[in-house]
Amino acid sequence: MIDIVVIPLLKIVIVLVAVLAGVAYLVLLERKVIAWVQVRLGPMRVGPHGILQPIADGLKLFLKEDITPARADRWVYTAAPIISLVPALIVFAVIPFGRDVSLFGTTVPLHIADINVGLLYIVSVASIGVYGLILAGYSSNSKYPLLSSLRASAQLISYEVAVTMTLVSMILMAGTLSMVGIVESQREAGLWFVFAQPVAFAIYMIGGLAETNRAPFDLPEAEQELVGGFHTEYSGMRFAFFFLAEYANMIVISAVAVTLFLGGWLRPFPGVDALAFLDVVPVWMWFLLKIFVFLLVFLWIRATLPRYRYDQLMRLGWKVLIPLAIANVVVTGILKVVL
Amino acid sequence: MGEAIAFYSLAAFILGFAVLVITARNTVHSVLFLVVNFLFVAALYVMLHAEFMAVIQVFVYAGGIVVLYLFVVMLVNLKRPPEVHADPRRRGRLGLVVSGLLLAQLVAIAAYSTTQAAAGPASRALAPSPPVSGNVEQVGWLLYTHYLVPFEVASMLLLVAMIGAIILAKREL
Repeated sequence: MIDIVVIPLLKIVIVLVAVLAGVAYLVLLERKVIAWVQVRLGPMRVGPHGILQPIADGLKLFLKEDITPARADRWVYTAAPIISLVPALIVFAVIPFGRDVSLFGTTVPLHIADINVGLLYIVSVASIGVYGLILAGYSSNSKYPLLSSLRASAQLISYEVAVTMTLVSMILMAGTLSMVGIVESQREAGLWFVFAQPVAFAIYMIGGLAETNRAPFDLPEAEQELVGGFHTEYSGMRFAFFFLAEYANMIVISAVAVTLFLGGWLRPFPGVDALAFLDVVPVWMWFLLKIFVFLLVFLWIRATLPRYRYDQLMRLGWKVLIPLAIANVVVTGILKVVL
Repeated sequence: MGEAIAFYSLAAFILGFAVLVITARNTVHSVLFLVVNFLFVAALYVMLHAEFMAVIQVFVYAGGIVVLYLFVVMLVNLKRPPEVHADPRRRGRLGLVVSGLLLAQLVAIAAYSTTQAAAGPASRALAPSPPVSGNVEQVGWLLYTHYLVPFEVASMLLLVAMIGAIILAKREL
């Protein structure tokens, strides 16, 4: 009873709370990092060095008036933020945070579920999230959100192909779709897969930026052309849902990248025994540390690079990344057979 | 018992949303009901321990193809039905014929499978059982051995459709 009901429920609660808190502080971190890059201080007023800013933001969003445009498609308008957020959160069900640990005499695996089709589950659930964007734009019954949502969904569908192709080459490397299995196969190989698949890693990172609508691919939210983006008409908590979904998706992309390419919870260079002293750091700490580094890179890129033009974005996706990703799959397959 | 309850409630949801798909006045709503319908079908696959099929159902149909449907429906003005379909009696007769054919097919399949089951498992032309374990591995093994020809034919069909679409969209190549 405890094993099949209480522990999984506890894990779900812990992961959800951690993700939502992580998202809140990711927003603060983003503002801070961009401020530092631009030689500013960032939020400083709420708490020491603005440490309580996320709480103030959350409170503000909770208390704001929730406006529905008069000619909006009411049901779809209400459903869209939910459809955005839920897939971003349920993906965490298959992310492995570490290997099994013993707690109070029982063995607790540090993942909610290890399913045979883990990686495919992540891809397919994430593909449902597109509906949130499209429907938000459609149901607002307003020009700019509609244009933005068309851009967003075209971008997402295009880059999804390239990203999924890189995942195929990673599946070829690991020989399994289970997220735990992929990390285990990296432990057996004694090698993070990023060193074996640098091309796939690069395509995944670029595609990941595009799929989360982050700079330099944040065209759906280009303020100068589109007022705000697909969520222009939203306010209050519904707007916050889109915000939460975007940042939760950033964490998802980072977590999947860490699992596939950076050895998940493994320490650096798991094949080198001389570095065994690094094992004093708990496994989940390694995992979170790697995610943190990834998120910093996301923010760094946003602070550094200007936005792409729409035709450049589409050209990069279809004419460079997709052929490259397919070629990478073919080469990986051939090498797998030959070696 | 629990399985039966799960199956019948899932089937009820699938049928309910299927009815909503064809009765919804707003085409976008209709497409959305179709997505929900697909998700429930995926749940049915999970019940059959076909996890791979379930995930592919969500990925390809709910997450891929219907997104394109939604694009078309949103961008094309579907407010007024074309004149050809305006005659309700003709539509009704056509619907009756099509659903009659479908019913006949379903009855034929049900009759065939019950007589086959009565004849014993040996008489059925089954695919060989794959030497690998795991859902994905088994599907892959069967696709690339026993079902290789249908698999390749299906992919050729898709390729032809793709080339056709490109030629239709791009008059001068």
